Amino acid sequence: MLDWINVIVQGVLVGGLYAMFAAGLSLIFGIMRLVNIAHGDLIVLAAYLALVAAETLGIGPLAALLIVAPLMALIGYGLQRLVLNRTLGDDLLPPLLVTFGLSVIIQNGLLEIFSADSRRLQAGAIEVASFPLMEGVSIGVLPLLSFAVAVAVIGALQFVLYRTALGRAFRATADDPSVAQLMGLDNRHIFGLAMALSLAVVAVAGVLLAVRANFDPAIGPARLIFGFESVIIGGLGSLWGTLIGGILLGVAQAIGAEIDPGWQTLAGHLAFLLVLAVRPEGLFPKVRG
Amino acid sequence: MKEVRVEYANQASRIGIWLMLLAVVVLAAAPAWGGRDDLRLLSEIYAYVGLASLWNLLAGYAGLVSVGQQAYVGLGAYLLFALTLRAGLPPLWAIPVAGVIVAALAVPVAALLFRLRGHYFAIGTWIVAEVFRLLASQIAVLGGGSGLSLPAGIVTSIAATRQEREFVIYWVALALVVLVLLLIVWLLRSRYGLALKAIRDNELAARSNGIDVTRIKVIVYIITAFGTAMIGALIFLQKLRISPDAAFSVNDWTAFVIFMTVIGGIGRIEGPIVGAVVFFVLRQTLADLGTLYLLLLGTVAIVVMLWAPKGIWGLIVERFGWQVFPLERHVVLDDRGARPRSGP
Repeated sequence: MLDWINVIVQGVLVGGLYAMFAAGLSLIFGIMRLVNIAHGDLIVLAAYLALVAAETLGIGPLAALLIVAPLMALIGYGLQRLVLNRTLGDDLLPPLLVTFGLSVIIQNGLLEIFSADSRRLQAGAIEVASFPLMEGVSIGVLPLLSFAVAVAVIGALQFVLYRTALGRAFRATADDPSVAQLMGLDNRHIFGLAMALSLAVVAVAGVLLAVRANFDPAIGPARLIFGFESVIIGGLGSLWGTLIGGILLGVAQAIGAEIDPGWQTLAGHLAFLLVLAVRPEGLFPKVRG
Repeated sequence: MKEVRVEYANQASRIGIWLMLLAVVVLAAAPAWGGRDDLRLLSEIYAYVGLASLWNLLAGYAGLVSVGQQAYVGLGAYLLFALTLRAGLPPLWAIPVAGVIVAALAVPVAALLFRLRGHYFAIGTWIVAEVFRLLASQIAVLGGGSGLSLPAGIVTSIAATRQEREFVIYWVALALVVLVLLLIVWLLRSRYGLALKAIRDNELAARSNGIDVTRIKVIVYIITAFGTAMIGALIFLQKLRISPDAAFSVNDWTAFVIFMTVIGGIGRIEGPIVGAVVFFVLRQTLADLGTLYLLLLGTVAIVVMLWAPKGIWGLIVERFGWQVFPLERHVVLDDRGARPRSGP
């Protein structure tokens, strides 16, 4: 019994990380109907940038994040203005194929520079610190911290979207790009800002990933898939739903791993397919269609 | 009284089809003029022309952008191993049987995936491929995570000598790609092809004219799975060794295939053929670059997608109006000896 409580607690905490993978993805899909296949590889890119910053400057993960987040936001704005804006339109193919190409480029670029060895961002003593929750169940400080960060980031995104002028511009452009343009918004700029915000979230996700587990250039696509599954399980268009989707995915994977280590990822996929079969709109949908 | 006919061929495609026939005859005679390496390279090109043509049918004609076709390559390949090793089927028979079984498997997969729209469908196909890869690595009798090799006894059952075997597999590869291309041409010339064209131009209008859009897309999805699985089985009959990571590789069976199709020209049947040839010419000249080659390929595909979205063949069509396969419909009016006019 205690084993299972432990498994579920660990699953919930990992779920926060998955919700982070998902938040940036769901943000840009909501605003410009773009599914970024390179999303997972951008998370890994952020992890490597944090590693480089930490190693060359001798700073901790948190300080590295303060460098990597603006850098990723800048990359996001540039990417959107120079490349991705050209792909938007009624045709589904260009954005998918261009981001798919980007994914291959980022993966192989990282492989060329950093080799296939797996790396990890050192966080010091906090890595192994934990405190007991109850008899036989203890919680790692780092997983709990990253879960708290995930909740805070999703709360902040919710605030930006619904309480600020920028969020109003995002929502207006999402609802009707041409009317938003008529009202004086520059859509290309708005989309650039949306991608910048998305990649700033990606930077947070990348740093959290880098301190929690080993990473190598090839793990991007799996991060994209975990994020995507969280979005669909939670329901399109709802950020809090995405958090719950991430938690359910994390718990499903933890239960799978407890049964057989080979079943960890598979159990997550099966949970996703089950939701797709019985409730394709997700558990907490906000938008339909 | 005017009679209205629909013609598919034009001058260019009449020349084109004869050139294609000539090419097939010359290629079929390759064992007489080529060495062992030539045959191996040519079979590999055929496999990729087949995979790219099928992906083009799916994405370019039916608008179903899949990044998970490695699911069907891998399933076909694993079924080849399972059918020959466990059911004792001769390898060459196992190829079509694998195709049929995978087509049947594609039905429930389609039922799930078609709940996802557009972009999300793409990532959904990837997840399905991952599920099959992870399941394959759990099946101990098929080698689990490390895979297994095809025993010599099964290999020699194709033909006694190594040379004969290579010739037989080469001809099967050529026959398979010709079959796949004929299947696609037949499908596009049928009323389903007309429906696909209508859906591509305007899905809403097609729907309101009574076309069952979902049914046609499901049919195309299943046909693609059938062909992709047979090609997958053939590829691994040549490799003689299978593992989950090789059989369900997203780079080998989807990324390369997408890049070929985009560079050659998506939405035209000639595109993937041109793209596959360009891909192999680049690979033969740039093979030493390793990962940089993939980097370069990805960049070229992005540049083509942004600035020449119709690809190489699209540029040729715009400039010269060539078509190799008789696919475009022309309305011809026979009016008391009047010359046939071609319509749009």
